Amino acid sequence: MALSKDPGQATAQEFELSLKEHAQQLVELLEKGQFGEAILVIHSINQARDRGLYYEVGQLTRALHNSIVNFQIDTSQVLGEGSEVSKISDASDRLDYVVKLTDKAANRTMDLVESSAPIVSELGQEAYALRAEWERLQRREMAAGEFRDLYKRIGEFLEKTEQSSATVSAHLNDILIAQDYQDLTGQVIKRVTTLVHDVEESLVNLVRMAGQVDRIAGIDHAKSSQDTKKTSDRGEGPQIHADTREDVVSGQDEVDDLLSSLGF
Amino acid sequence: MKILIVDDFSTMRRIIKNLLRDLGFTNTAEADDGNTALPMLQSGSFDFLVTDWNMPGMSGIDLLRAVRADERLKHLPVLMVTAEAKRDQIIEAAQAGVNGYVVKPFTAQALKEKIEKIFERVQAK
Repeated sequence: MALSKDPGQATAQEFELSLKEHAQQLVELLEKGQFGEAILVIHSINQARDRGLYYEVGQLTRALHNSIVNFQIDTSQVLGEGSEVSKISDASDRLDYVVKLTDKAANRTMDLVESSAPIVSELGQEAYALRAEWERLQRREMAAGEFRDLYKRIGEFLEKTEQSSATVSAHLNDILIAQDYQDLTGQVIKRVTTLVHDVEESLVNLVRMAGQVDRIAGIDHAKSSQDTKKTSDRGEGPQIHADTREDVVSGQDEVDDLLSSLGF
Repeated sequence: MKILIVDDFSTMRRIIKNLLRDLGFTNTAEADDGNTALPMLQSGSFDFLVTDWNMPGMSGIDLLRAVRADERLKHLPVLMVTAEAKRDQIIEAAQAGVNGYVVKPFTAQALKEKIEKIFERVQAK
């Protein structure tokens, strides 16, 4: 945004300076009893104030306009020309996309794990059963008929192991590929983060300018009471800087310590 | 052993369901918030409740309080599995009568330990 670091500062200073000069003049005129000219001085003070005010309101409007225009430019770059979707709704669309993508990847991964688990467990069970038979064979406790059975079962088991390991390793590969969402969601989240940052910066500038306007116009806003009520019942979601915060646990061990200190 | 899993994210319900199955608990049901969970608990014969905290509708902490306030459900073991990690919140859950508290992200081992510990205590009573 094309705003000076401290918009309105110069205007405010100028106004204050002229106010001081005029005040002195006003006192002198009043002492001399020249009321007509005193009124003129008051009038010129008012004019100076209005000039500053109009200037700041103009600046404010321009800044607002600029930020809106910038949003639109960014949106059309993202969604193609002629799109009238606001940047914010675009951002929430993008975050919805992240939710969808991560949901899909999580479900895909779990599908693959769920279909691999019985294959592996079946192989394990069959190997366990065969080993018992194999040990009987080693101890020469096996009749010729049983041996022929075992011989056949081992052949089948080897074949099955080969097929199953191919299936499971294909699943493992697919699980790996299902993690590709990280790249895509990372890019989307970075864009949204940039937008939030830009919007914040624009808002800070607007607030600063509005503050200067208030100062020149002499408007005093009653401080709005800060709503600091905690949303404890609703929950706060994951804590991002858990390791640097005193009031937040940084893992299960700390939860366990806290609970055991409470007598759990 | 019939277990109710309450979480607004289906993937998390599925993870917990799979981990429970691995531990030998195959009889599970799912709900996506306290409002759907409470009638299920009241009408079904559940032996154990695993719930998230932060959910639309009725939150997990409110569900816990509702369970403790219900004459027939008040002894139901409740395990909270949640991303809520503020000390105050853990204390709040403890005061509301939670039996175990697991913070997300969690390991299969942590979940297993807490569940086993809760059952040990329930059986010891």
